[in-house]
Amino acid sequence: MSATTNRPSSIQGTTRGRGADAAFRWIVLFAGSLVLLILAVMIASTTYESWPIFAKEGLGFFTSDTWRPGSSRTEVTGDYGALAFLFGTVVTSLIAIVVAVPLSVGIALFLTQIARGRARTLLTYTVDLLAMIPSVVIGLWAVAFFVPNVIYPVMQAVNVIAGAIPLFAEPVTVRSIFAAGLVLALMILPIITAIVREVIATTPPDERYAAYGVGCTDWEVMRHVILPRARAGIIGATMLGLGRALGETIAVLLVIGGSARIGWGLFQPGQTIAGQIASGFAEASPEGINGLIALGVALFAITILINMGARFVIWRMGAISGDAAL
Amino acid sequence: MFANAAVNNAGSRRRRDRIAKVVLFLAVLLAVIPLALIFVVTIANGIGSLNIEFLTTTQPLSFRQEGGGFLHGLVGTAMMVGIAILISVPLGIATAVFVTEYPDSFLTRPVRFFTDVMTGVPSIFVGLFVYAALVREVGLGFGTLPGAIAIAILMLPIVVRSAEEILRLVPADIRNASTALGARRWQTTLFVVLPAASSGLITGVMLAVARGAGETAPLILTAFGTAYLTTSLVGEAQTALPLLIFEGARLPFEAAQQRAWAGALELVALVLLLTVAARLISGRNRARGH
Repeated sequence: MSATTNRPSSIQGTTRGRGADAAFRWIVLFAGSLVLLILAVMIASTTYESWPIFAKEGLGFFTSDTWRPGSSRTEVTGDYGALAFLFGTVVTSLIAIVVAVPLSVGIALFLTQIARGRARTLLTYTVDLLAMIPSVVIGLWAVAFFVPNVIYPVMQAVNVIAGAIPLFAEPVTVRSIFAAGLVLALMILPIITAIVREVIATTPPDERYAAYGVGCTDWEVMRHVILPRARAGIIGATMLGLGRALGETIAVLLVIGGSARIGWGLFQPGQTIAGQIASGFAEASPEGINGLIALGVALFAITILINMGARFVIWRMGAISGDAAL
Repeated sequence: MFANAAVNNAGSRRRRDRIAKVVLFLAVLLAVIPLALIFVVTIANGIGSLNIEFLTTTQPLSFRQEGGGFLHGLVGTAMMVGIAILISVPLGIATAVFVTEYPDSFLTRPVRFFTDVMTGVPSIFVGLFVYAALVREVGLGFGTLPGAIAIAILMLPIVVRSAEEILRLVPADIRNASTALGARRWQTTLFVVLPAASSGLITGVMLAVARGAGETAPLILTAFGTAYLTTSLVGEAQTALPLLIFEGARLPFEAAQQRAWAGALELVALVLLLTVAARLISGRNRARGH
């Protein structure tokens, strides 16, 4: 408030302050471009480091499942086929999406249309809180309590009932792709819920009142007025959740079992790209680390494409900030 | 389907409505129960070991040995998050000022879009980048500073987006009033707009800090982890609470897992304290632009 003096023109009157506005503009412009620069350098530097790997493997990086890092310091001697990790990443993320999206839409509908007053505030707050729990804590809780005590019995039961289907076939292990997918679902649920809630909030009240006016029940209003309008937003939220799920590392690493495996059985261990980077890093040779960086670049490319698509869909809806996804 | 349905099937429609509501409520329960379980299990397992000794000592040399604590992790987390704040908050708020106060610049839209995109960059990728560029290429080695930079990069888009949202809420009237009094643009921004938004800015920063303090994956590649207490910025591997919890969660030893639970409780308490404080400061349940 120091600008509110009795002599308002004293600053502008001097030549001293003339360049100040331009300088200020340049400073914040510099800050803004630094953000872009960081992103650009991240892409350039990691791509540069991992280029020899991509150059040697070519398309085989995505189509081969032989991951056998060499121990050279200067050249690429090993085999780098990321298919098994890609498989684990995609399958766990798909499980997460299939479980989390319907749940999130349901929760968002309940919170905005059914819950009232204090219950709504409390439940909204609770779901938001889930997003703030560090992933390592969720991982510890999952590997020591949730997966062995809750998910494992479910897997065993499903195996007994539907074991003939390859997806649910024996053997059933505690640490498995399925367990990782469910833990991921829990982790992306708050983000998707938050965005769907924002999307629902943009439904014009007139349309809802009109529907109530012709005698619709709450559910019919949700089903025929709110959900059709929210479709684009739900798709955007799904993609954003998918982006999160693909990149999540620690919690997944703790419950997935860490074996590079491709196969039908969901109740058996696997490994994700992010998990392989984190678990393989400490023991990797210089060449192996470049291989891990190549994995990171591939993961980054996939998530960034999905994210940009999601942002595009959400931005197009205009009134939504997409800010809930922080 | 709405037209003349009311006479014939009002009962079945009401029943369907009730079933739908029960299903939606079950969906809420399915989210709330695990969350409650996370708190209950973490508290039940951690409370026994989270004592003064745990907060003030480092871990014993052998993972099998009981006792000791995560002081080295707390120090590491505090240092790295502290440095990350110093980097990301000025840069983030300046970027938010640029985006909100200069909406006509050709860079505004790209900056907004790519900060949005940056919120979705996998944290492990940021760790890889800091490792490749700073730890290896520049030769910093594992340590506090590379870890802090990785956390700063992850906090940056959160700071920008939340600050942007808050700055947008500052009424145009007080900007105009300031300009009418003869203040220059930079004076208006620094002395009128930012102070008016300060509580919201603090809220955003605290949420970013809560997020940064819980990061694990990038630290594996940048701080690397150590069993010893260290305060050096570079040249020595550093550890953090999340790293120690992760390590304990992977070990088969009872004592190590016990410490991991206590550390998890400590970390959750820290993060929730920040989150709740942030919400209290913002004075509203959620400072979203509605």
